[in-house]
Amino acid sequence: MERIPILRMGNYLLVTIQVDMHDKLALTLQDDLTNRITEANAKGVLIDISSLEIVDSFIGRTLANIASMARVLDAETVVVGMQPAVAITLVELGMSLPGIRTALNVESGMEYLRETVADHEESDGYIGDSAED
Amino acid sequence: MSKLLEAIQENRKSILQDWTQRLRSVDRRRDLLDDRELDTDAGNVLSAIADVPAGTTLEDFSAVGWQPLKELLTNLSVSRAAKGFSPSETAIFVFSLKPSLFTLARQQWGKDAGELFLEISAINEFVDKLALHTTDSYIHGRDQVIARQQEEMLELSTPVVTLWEGIVALPLIGTLDSARTQVVMESLLQAIVQTNSRFAIIDITGVPTVDTLVAQHLLKTITAARLMGAECILSGIRPQIAQTIVHLGINLEDVITKSKLADAFRLALERSGRKVVRVDKANSASTTNPRVI
Repeated sequence: MERIPILRMGNYLLVTIQVDMHDKLALTLQDDLTNRITEANAKGVLIDISSLEIVDSFIGRTLANIASMARVLDAETVVVGMQPAVAITLVELGMSLPGIRTALNVESGMEYLRETVADHEESDGYIGDSAED
Repeated sequence: MSKLLEAIQENRKSILQDWTQRLRSVDRRRDLLDDRELDTDAGNVLSAIADVPAGTTLEDFSAVGWQPLKELLTNLSVSRAAKGFSPSETAIFVFSLKPSLFTLARQQWGKDAGELFLEISAINEFVDKLALHTTDSYIHGRDQVIARQQEEMLELSTPVVTLWEGIVALPLIGTLDSARTQVVMESLLQAIVQTNSRFAIIDITGVPTVDTLVAQHLLKTITAARLMGAECILSGIRPQIAQTIVHLGINLEDVITKSKLADAFRLALERSGRKVVRVDKANSASTTNPRVI
């Protein structure tokens, strides 16, 4: 069966969508990704959709769902490289995907993930210190 | 061929003479067209009428035989419009052919009232059609000019400028309608991809009015930019527009707004980890401009 590969890079998972998403594929990705987040104890998920040229409301909603699920599983999600046409389509469909973090390309997406995840770790580590101050 | 067309062919010289005299006597634009050109135009039109292929009738103006005459009138209308004639002046030029043809009809069928009436109605209808054709051509020409100008305006009016590495600005000038907003949205998003910009500033200082539709278009553009991973800052909102926005109940709470483009630029610089500082003159003799670090 056709699957979208999920790569692991340290604490992060990297998903590159390079084929046209159909509904079943999107649901499979949702399944696989949530499983992998738990398995790998991932802190961040980066979804690269720069090759995705066609979206519909279902794919848009699935992306939003994946982001919410990842958040429940304690992982930040960044969607990167959305094409202008895709962005326009989603907006026209009335899906502004308010819960999703976006970035221009993989590089800035990774940068964002590192910053936020590092922030979390720092703030976790400093809880005791700040109490003393 | 009708008797009338035959009569026109036979008497074309006298008709032309009568017509040109009439043309000179009516109130016309001597400053735009001299007598010689006027005579040539009249001669061309009359020979186009007289030289139609056999079997063409005055009643059927859509026939192939009238095509040369139509083209002639179209060119005439366009060239006169370019010279500064109004469409009614061009129509009057054609209408003045009527009395000349009426005179001809009276000479030919003066004794038979029934026949005379028929021919005069035919002339009347035919000349009306000619005049209407010139007006149609005039309007058609104008429409083309308007369409071309609209296209040019659309191209001119949406420049995306790069203010700094990673910061683009879109100064909007003029009223926003759906077609234009689509172009604006596409060119901005395209520029974001091309220049890899994390910040986009939309400046609406030059937008005269903001109604719910325009605001909705702006919000769509901002949301689309956000989906692509760029942050949008809206600047240049004038006091009246701020009032309108609030009165219309448009929610701009999720959008960063700044009153001036400069403020928006400063914010974008700050967010990308830069700031503007004034260089101390004593320390650097070589440059006096403020620099961005």
